[in-house]
Amino acid sequence: MSLQSSDKQIKHISRGEDRRQSDLGPIGGFEKRSATADRRHENNRQYATFFLDDHFLGVEVEKVQEILNVQDMTRVPLAPPVIAGLINLRGHIVTAIDLRTRLGFPSRPPGLWTKSLVVLTMDGPVDLLVDQIGDVIEVLPDLFESAPETLDEQFGSVIDGVYKLKERLLLALNIDSIVQVAG
Amino acid sequence: MEDDGILKEFLVESYEGLGRLDQEFVLLEKETGNRALIASIFRTIHTIKGTCGFLGLPKLESVAHGGEDVLSMMRDGKMPVTPEGVTILLEAVDTIKEILSHIESKGSEPAQDYNSILQKLKTLISNESGSQETSASSVEPSGVRRKEKGILDAESSKQRADASVEGKAPKALPLEGATQAPANESGSQETSASSVEPSGVRSQEESKAVMSQNRGLVSAESSIRVDVGLLDKLMNLVGELVLARNQLLQRVREEDNAVYAGTAQRMNLITTELQDAVMKTRMQPILNVWEKFPRLVRDLAKTNGKEVELVMDGAETELDKTLLEAIKDPLTHIVRNSVDHGIETPDMRRARGKGPKGMLNLKAYHEGGQINIEIGDDGNGIDIEKVKRKAIEKGLVSAEAVSRMSEREALNLIFLPGLSTAEKVTNVSGRGVGMDVVRTNIEKIGGTVEMTSRLGQGTSLRIKIPLTLAIIPALMVAAGKELFAIPQASLLELVRVDPESGGRIEVIHDASFYRLRGTLLPILYLNRLLCLEEGRGTLQCAPTETSNTSIVVLKAGERPFGLVVDAVNNSEEIVVKPLSRQLKGLSVFAGATIMGDGRVALILDVQGVAKEGGFLQSKAGETKLTLEDSTEDGSGIEHHTLILFSASGNDRFAVPLALVDRLEEFYLNRVEQAAGRDIIQYRGGLLPLIRLDRILGIDSPDQNREMLPTIVFSGKKKNVGLVVDRILDIVEAESVLHPPPPGKTGVAGSLVIEGMTTDLLNIDQVIEGVEPGWMEEARV
Repeated sequence: MSLQSSDKQIKHISRGEDRRQSDLGPIGGFEKRSATADRRHENNRQYATFFLDDHFLGVEVEKVQEILNVQDMTRVPLAPPVIAGLINLRGHIVTAIDLRTRLGFPSRPPGLWTKSLVVLTMDGPVDLLVDQIGDVIEVLPDLFESAPETLDEQFGSVIDGVYKLKERLLLALNIDSIVQVAG
Repeated sequence: MEDDGILKEFLVESYEGLGRLDQEFVLLEKETGNRALIASIFRTIHTIKGTCGFLGLPKLESVAHGGEDVLSMMRDGKMPVTPEGVTILLEAVDTIKEILSHIESKGSEPAQDYNSILQKLKTLISNESGSQETSASSVEPSGVRRKEKGILDAESSKQRADASVEGKAPKALPLEGATQAPANESGSQETSASSVEPSGVRSQEESKAVMSQNRGLVSAESSIRVDVGLLDKLMNLVGELVLARNQLLQRVREEDNAVYAGTAQRMNLITTELQDAVMKTRMQPILNVWEKFPRLVRDLAKTNGKEVELVMDGAETELDKTLLEAIKDPLTHIVRNSVDHGIETPDMRRARGKGPKGMLNLKAYHEGGQINIEIGDDGNGIDIEKVKRKAIEKGLVSAEAVSRMSEREALNLIFLPGLSTAEKVTNVSGRGVGMDVVRTNIEKIGGTVEMTSRLGQGTSLRIKIPLTLAIIPALMVAAGKELFAIPQASLLELVRVDPESGGRIEVIHDASFYRLRGTLLPILYLNRLLCLEEGRGTLQCAPTETSNTSIVVLKAGERPFGLVVDAVNNSEEIVVKPLSRQLKGLSVFAGATIMGDGRVALILDVQGVAKEGGFLQSKAGETKLTLEDSTEDGSGIEHHTLILFSASGNDRFAVPLALVDRLEEFYLNRVEQAAGRDIIQYRGGLLPLIRLDRILGIDSPDQNREMLPTIVFSGKKKNVGLVVDRILDIVEAESVLHPPPPGKTGVAGSLVIEGMTTDLLNIDQVIEGVEPGWMEEARV
């Protein structure tokens, strides 16, 4: 689309590799883990969290551009239901995705949707409609577990995995697969 | 400090003048007697010279002075304007530019000497005044000799060599030695020069200080230069302002305070205008790229001994700055290619029966919401067989793949990296890194490159850049509660259906039509098409026409159709933004735009709308319907773009052009037999061929012909080729369809076109007879 896109892609690819490496952490053997123990702190990941139909989800914080109040939106006729509409983000037209529909949750009761998260994807910013915004939290890689196989496929394909936090489970969303919506 | 200001002004002024000079010189060459032109050039140079003396720039002054002398003689008619003279003068202009840019970046004149160009100018004068033996020649004979040899390259390398010598020893004494050195030696000096040259005299810190001081000195051709990044930022800021304004307006409406309301309203208008203005700052005419071409073409043609006339059309077409930057290099490359490889030498052209002067056409225009740029020459053309051979030779494609390629596909091989058909590699093109880079660059900005070429007749390239980023005029229409933009380019007219004066939309089966000046215009309802009619229950076949209905008549492909909208708003200049990847699949929309009030509106893709409405997809069924309609209607009026052809000899047949996929010519020897049918390998598949003469049981055309003109029709899954004798014409026909005589299959009726009876082929029936199942397929 733009001339910069190739650069961006390179950046993201390298990020993807990082993630894969840290994913290997918990799966790898004991020794491997202790070898990386001193680097553990810098391996901690920060997630911007939000709530969606009683689920606790997170997006890597560096991929979040900003948080918005849900604003007027232009409907896109004939678009898949996942597409909530188009918003004007300071002169940029950004596609808003209804994350509930995308994840197969029941559609939002009227009046509930309040916030949206603008995330950076390979193809530029995309707006994700969520119920409520949570805190930015730091998680230890040790708590990570890749998506359980028993998850339904629609859901399993869009999350990187689960962080087993003390209070509850944090579902780590994979932004790039979330925005894979066939037009 | 004050000096700086004057210097800056001088630079801006000089650049402006010099920008004009290139073009003026090229023009001068054509209109050698144009005194006014010479006078204008003279004035520019004279101004530069005058200011130089004032600012203490002796080298610049001497070059300008030399040029001025020559020009004054030309102006006074003491010296004819010759191409050689212009070449030397252009060289002087280049030198002036070089010195200026040095002054701009370093704050002082370059250390090197410019004797060679001065010498040339002097020689020019002395030759003319008939006193060759005097003064100059005795001082530096080398300059004359070189000129006689006419080796331009040696000249420039000599200049560089001068610089290197200069860098090592600040005195100009060894100059003579350097000029007399053989070429290879001066080459080696040149390499050493690069390491010594940069700011040998000044200390690092000093020069840095000068640099930063002079950063503001960057001058411009016409007005001022602004960083595009800054414009982007401005654009974003304006966007934010618009949002804030919207919120403010909303507040004010709630408050109901007249004072605030007035202020808010003013702010509203100002913001809108500001947004408009900022958007337009990014637009520049394509001339900004093109203006370099006359000189480029002239110089290239000169060095290659060719004559080329450059014609530029649509130079005022505006493009977004980013796009302009992106197409600059590809365009330059294509132009170079054309002059270097495309256009032949005058002798060769004469031998081919063309005028000695080659034509190079540049054309730019908006079309269908895209910017089209065409570059065409009437030169050599591209030898497709040679391209194929080269591609195979270099292992870029397999011989087998090539054999299956259509002419067009083969031509596209030229865009493969590593392929160049130039026999000899010149310094401008032929290194095999050309066209693939062109294509990559164009595709990066979402454009396409198309090439057509005819061996011996020329090559033309069409670059299409999507309107992404570009500003286009659009008509805003409403459907339901939503607003949509329709690019003006596809808009034919607006029609208001006034029931009181008898206008109405008529319905045949499920399809709606409107009688527009006696022709049936197929009608689509935008709100139904986009499923915006929620809660209105089932679709009504006959629309309720209590009020006036607005029809926007649009052009999609060959035929117009009407789009019923709920309201027609104003016409606006919109900035087109692409849709995100998630929405790319929606062919109905070409993009989106942000309106004055900050809302997002979708831009309709007229082609996509027609397709969605079933106008383009089921072409075959559609036309059949209109055929029936017209007879039912009793009027029997047909209005179509028809393609005329003959099946054999003097007969005339017609098929609506809308049904035709492509026109092709096949070599007879490529026709194969399979299952008792004629078949040809076509675009990676098999194309069954129908011989019209055999179907209709008429005389076969000349069996000895090599080429088979073929009309290709496409169905859902397969294509069929109709082999005819000759393609005659494409006409816009409006005439009465006379029913065919009974028993004559394959003919829908007869028309009188251009005073001649023409049989309108019922193509579905014809194909059905040979390819059973075609009708069902076409109608799905």
